[in-house]
Amino acid sequence: MPPRIHALQAVEENTARHKTFYFSDGQCAQAEPGQFVMVWVPGVDEMPMSLSVIGERQAVTVEAKGPGTEALHALREGERIGIRGPYGHGFWAAPGRAVVVAGGTGMAPLLPLLEHLEQPVVLLGARTASLLLFREEATRLAGQVRVATDDGSAGHHGPVTELLEGTEEADRVYTCGPEAMMKKVVDWCSQRGIAVQASLERYMKCGLGICDSCAIDGLHVCREGPVFTGEVLASLEDFGRWKRAPSGKKVPL
Amino acid sequence: MCLATTLGPLTLKNPLILCSGVLDMTRKSMEHLPEAGGVVTKSVGREERLGYGNPSVVEMEHGLLNAMGLPNPGVDAYVEEMRGHAIEVLIGSVFGEDQASFVQAAVKMATVAHALELNMSCPHAGSYGAGVPTQAISSLVSAVKKEVKVPVFVKLGAENIRERAEAAVAGGADGLVAINTVRAMAIDVETGQPILANRIGGYSGPAIKPIGVRCVYELAQDHSLPVIGVGGATTARDVLEYVMAGSSAVQMGSALHYGGKTAFRRICDDLRSWLREHHIKSITEVIGRALPNNNL
Repeated sequence: MPPRIHALQAVEENTARHKTFYFSDGQCAQAEPGQFVMVWVPGVDEMPMSLSVIGERQAVTVEAKGPGTEALHALREGERIGIRGPYGHGFWAAPGRAVVVAGGTGMAPLLPLLEHLEQPVVLLGARTASLLLFREEATRLAGQVRVATDDGSAGHHGPVTELLEGTEEADRVYTCGPEAMMKKVVDWCSQRGIAVQASLERYMKCGLGICDSCAIDGLHVCREGPVFTGEVLASLEDFGRWKRAPSGKKVPL
Repeated sequence: MCLATTLGPLTLKNPLILCSGVLDMTRKSMEHLPEAGGVVTKSVGREERLGYGNPSVVEMEHGLLNAMGLPNPGVDAYVEEMRGHAIEVLIGSVFGEDQASFVQAAVKMATVAHALELNMSCPHAGSYGAGVPTQAISSLVSAVKKEVKVPVFVKLGAENIRERAEAAVAGGADGLVAINTVRAMAIDVETGQPILANRIGGYSGPAIKPIGVRCVYELAQDHSLPVIGVGGATTARDVLEYVMAGSSAVQMGSALHYGGKTAFRRICDDLRSWLREHHIKSITEVIGRALPNNNL
């Protein structure tokens, strides 16, 4: 159905580059962690965003990195956005020892998953300390949070994937972040027989599974994804290598 | 119960064709629909186009409104992607801003497709689609026909369709495809904004089916060449309606939105059941059944 218009109930600054936009939408209240919505900034753009808060209020957490997200960042409490969805398949929370690997904004869809897991270990990475997203929230919800930054300004100095060493006892791993990072996580898990789920991002138009913009080897991130299992990802030639430009042209990630 | 049908020299194992614009930007998406009798590609032009911004699709009560803006990687990249495809009947859709670019896109597309569909009907792409003047259609079709060996179909919108079809047939078209989406728009009343980034788009889905059926019915009376119906068919009964109006095959797109990727298989099963219940051996027996002076 057409976008449902909601006034923003609150806007929260999370890091130097991330803001969280709260609204209240009956359909989103029922969403699974990992599902996404199409967020319309009227007159500017419509973008796919994973829900970062699911409950009485819902929210999306957004890094400003283009005209659409910058226009969203300029909105204040009371201003209106359109929402359609939730769409796609989210994470399947299963019992067992869980490790959550987040890179940058990738922490957003993982946050609502944490409360469905038993004492998960969160590996949280960012370029620098001031961009670590939801560090406090994760600390509150998870068993432990280990931090890595590319510049060494907080926690481990290096990619967050290096924190995987020592978590080999995990039953399952959930990840979201830059695709090169997720590729490493998925490969690491596959080599050790650990079940893994990753949330992918692709350019999207319809969100409904018809326009083919978000195609990845004949599957669609909006419909079969955005969360895929390690087994499915292992069968995809594009994963970690190729994406599609808005024109449909295959381009390196 | 036989569902096979023909479009000139092409034989399709069933009359269901994936229409242009739906799940047909990438080779593997199209190969994942093996139950389709045929597949039409995204409309492809000579140069890469990013298309319009978002929102580019609005889901509405009785159909889908879209203004994609002919995004495509350009014919060279597209042909590269399609080379070696496993699609039984691939119909390559092409567009162009003038005769030269139409012909160039068509010639290249013909190296990977079993037939061509000339898009002269996108309702929101200016001179690229429905903006092709009626008086230019005939020479455009004949220019493409001179350069390719595969059958050339011409896709027309509901507006002025009889006149435009006349021109396409005069140019040597091998088949007519009717209709495209219907020029339309939607406004969000809370914000006062047109929802589509392009403001105006094309409406598809169940709401436009009666318009499509009427157009097919008129073209099937005016011309003896194959007509391919398209517009809002989502069930076997819709397909039969188009076939009885004179369609030799029926294209579908929104059906995949409403019925998912298994829609084609389900509709084929339903068509076979219908034929069995009505003691009809082949779907070709009902083509044009609703036309006046039909002797069946």
